[in-house]
Amino acid sequence: MELYFFLKVLWWLLLGVLLMGLAIMVGMDMGVGALLRCVGRTDTERRVALNAIGPHWDGNQVWFILGGGAIFAAFPLIYATAFSGLYIVMLLLLWTMIVRPLGFEYRSKLASPRWRNVWDWALVVSGAVPMIVYGAGIGNMFRGVPFHFNWDLTSYYTGSFLSLLNPFAVMCGVLSLSLACYMGGVMLMGRSEQGAMQNRAKRAATLGGIVAVVLFTIGGVWVSQMQGYRLDHAPAPGLAQTPLLQSVVLADGAWFDNFRAHPLLWLVPALGYAGMALGLVAIRAGRTTLAWWLGALAWIGVIGTAGVSLFPFLMPSSSEPSQSLTVWNSISSQTTLTWMTGWTVVFMPIVLAYTSWAFHVMRGKVRADHVESNPHAY
Amino acid sequence: MINDTVVELSRLQFAVTALYHFLFVPLTLGLSFLLAVMETIYVISGKKIYREMTQFWGNLFLINFALGVATGLTMEFEFGTNWSFYSGFVGDIFGAPLAIEGLMAFFMESTFVGLMAFGWNRLSKAQHLGVTYLVALASNLSALWILVANGFMQSPEGAAFNPVTMRMELTSFGALIFSDDAQTKFVHTSIAGYVTAAIFVAGVSAYYMLRKRHMELAKRSFRVASLFGVLSVAGVITLGDALGFVGGSAQPSKLAAMEAMWKTEAAPAPFNVAAWPVQGEQRNAWSIQIPYVLTPLLTHTLDKPVPGIDQIEADAAKRIRNGIPAVEALRVLSGDPTNEAALAQFNAHKDDLGYGFLVKRYAQGQDVSKATDSDIAKAAKDSIPDVFSMFWVFRLMVATGLAMLAYFVIAVLLSLRGDVSRQRWFLKIAPWMIPVPFIACEMGWITAEVGRQPWAVFGMLPTWMSASSHSVGYMIFSLVGFALIYTVFAAVEMYLMVRSIRKGPTSDHADSADTQGPSDAAMLDRELSALEHEMVKEQ
Repeated sequence: MELYFFLKVLWWLLLGVLLMGLAIMVGMDMGVGALLRCVGRTDTERRVALNAIGPHWDGNQVWFILGGGAIFAAFPLIYATAFSGLYIVMLLLLWTMIVRPLGFEYRSKLASPRWRNVWDWALVVSGAVPMIVYGAGIGNMFRGVPFHFNWDLTSYYTGSFLSLLNPFAVMCGVLSLSLACYMGGVMLMGRSEQGAMQNRAKRAATLGGIVAVVLFTIGGVWVSQMQGYRLDHAPAPGLAQTPLLQSVVLADGAWFDNFRAHPLLWLVPALGYAGMALGLVAIRAGRTTLAWWLGALAWIGVIGTAGVSLFPFLMPSSSEPSQSLTVWNSISSQTTLTWMTGWTVVFMPIVLAYTSWAFHVMRGKVRADHVESNPHAY
Repeated sequence: MINDTVVELSRLQFAVTALYHFLFVPLTLGLSFLLAVMETIYVISGKKIYREMTQFWGNLFLINFALGVATGLTMEFEFGTNWSFYSGFVGDIFGAPLAIEGLMAFFMESTFVGLMAFGWNRLSKAQHLGVTYLVALASNLSALWILVANGFMQSPEGAAFNPVTMRMELTSFGALIFSDDAQTKFVHTSIAGYVTAAIFVAGVSAYYMLRKRHMELAKRSFRVASLFGVLSVAGVITLGDALGFVGGSAQPSKLAAMEAMWKTEAAPAPFNVAAWPVQGEQRNAWSIQIPYVLTPLLTHTLDKPVPGIDQIEADAAKRIRNGIPAVEALRVLSGDPTNEAALAQFNAHKDDLGYGFLVKRYAQGQDVSKATDSDIAKAAKDSIPDVFSMFWVFRLMVATGLAMLAYFVIAVLLSLRGDVSRQRWFLKIAPWMIPVPFIACEMGWITAEVGRQPWAVFGMLPTWMSASSHSVGYMIFSLVGFALIYTVFAAVEMYLMVRSIRKGPTSDHADSADTQGPSDAAMLDRELSALEHEMVKEQ
């Protein structure tokens, strides 16, 4: 039982790592996509932008796929309830995401400006929309989602599509998009040569960073005024359980419970602020690699803040609060978590190693003349 | 409570998206290895024509790969969006191979595919070759994990139902990944991908040879592909036979439907070469039989009995009756997990829990305790998949497999005997063979998945219970959306594929000088030196 408790907490942390990895790596590519038309004004500039992430977007995107798979494996009830409950939003996410691989691969295969324009717009949409959905999805967890279970854990979602696009969720979505633009802009600054394009990338990254700071602050104030969820009584965290066996109450400011109980946790949002603020300074100084890592730190702080604030809740139910999904009741069995831990310990370092190697191999500026002459370029 | 139309629409959507995804996967599986083979020859022999071959086929590989990735995204999330109950019920087991696939295989494949495309000038010859091999290895590992997941649906090993958490849970990881069904199907499926790629490469090469374009590249590609193909097609057929053997013992209902065997017959039973099964009357309107052949074909013995549909249904009815108390006990345990009496009742009947679920849809108010004899009879009839489609889809798959075997035997004989480019009759056939392996792969998927019905997880979870509780409107909306997007994708992909093939290798200059090998080679040299010049500038 002690082991099971430990594994549950460990996988809550790993879920965080996954969501951060996704936000940092996929978010960067999404940012480049969203900024494609405003940072790149000419066809060549856009090709430079696409080729900057060309060798990496495919590998980065696996963070998203792994996100689906790992939530399925470690939090099956979240996978089942969230993705079916947020149905139309998920479709929006998938339909825009699946256009991206084609956008990268096919865009520059034909010279026709109309063909390329269509794909450019597709890349802009498939960069911006998924990031908004991603942030809005996390934002909705603060407000709770209207769902309930029957006795055999069949889940029913009783809200409408539009209720998922409430103002708080949309704000979280814009926060997520602005951080993505920050990362995308920084990436383009680092990979493009000095000139107009680099300046535009710098402006976009700066704007993204400033908007993120503002929205993160507003979000914090907003959450402090919101009703949060609090576990009233439930089976011991280390026990196997379903969401049918607990009771949950709503209380003002309950999302700050964990910060009140453990003031050290304020370091997590502080990390987010530090990342964003120092990141803006690094951008001004033109230190793009540093700015990239500070942006990653900002993501870690922002997502970490959401996680710490919600803990142990993952997906509260607004219509049946006592059936809310928590780390304790939506997680996999001890056997599965043990095996998954083993696979992660072995393979995650390997993944990080060859990802770094791939970035190392493809390091340096993407030059316009190179893009024009290389038959393998996007 | 779940609407039947929603279940059927969810099934249709899964079939459409999975079959579509599976148009791109086999070519990725096989072509990645063919690329590795060609590049190996390049690195060992140093002949530039093999580098040109690797890059040309690599370009087609990437066009195909993009769609494989895009449509794979859909699959990763479709269980959650459309099969919510299924996901909660078996996610503890089924999710693990999907997650490991991402972590171990897909990360590797996607990261190195980027280097494979962009790294020609950045990596040494040996490094690039290594990258190509890693892509091939990873794409096949990817297939392994997906088929481990699928193997669990076909033959749920290494798992047990936990009445406390109300779901299936993993008991043995080893049993899950080394399930006979998963391992056999992995080899069968991945080699089917090799055949697909071999026919694709041979077909396109034949197209060039017919037009006397890119002769050097086409001849060599054709030779590599036919050797690769003849070995692979033999492997597919052998493993297909093994799969029938393994799957037959795990799923007698699938086997009986594939063979349209309504009545259990004394061994050795006759084999239906062709038949017209009528499900409602549980008989074949007509059939052409070969006596004695079925038993040795399926069981590899002469006397092992093969159960017919009548016997399978009778068994199912018995198990449904035995499973009903398990479902009733579960309902009590859901609110009161420590109820001893309910736990004892559950344990006594748990082996037939899934069969208890099977009758739920017919029982009044979905309360299994109210199930009547006629409800049970209906549910027992459900335990057999649709015989007509199984019988013919399976035969179509086998027929296409044998046709490809014949094709490759001829192809190898022709290339060994001499110059295949002079056998114009064969070159004319070859491009038309390209769709055949795709048909075979799709038929294979249908055989495996329709044959598993009525189960989502064989013997454990009926398909009709597995779907999400969406409205019909939602399901039509998503189906139409996917259909539209996928149709546009297909059109764009086919257009680019055909265009790239028409253009041929060394894309920028091929149109002006598409006659013979030497000029191509000269052009490649020019291009290479231009690239090298660029590299020097970069450093």
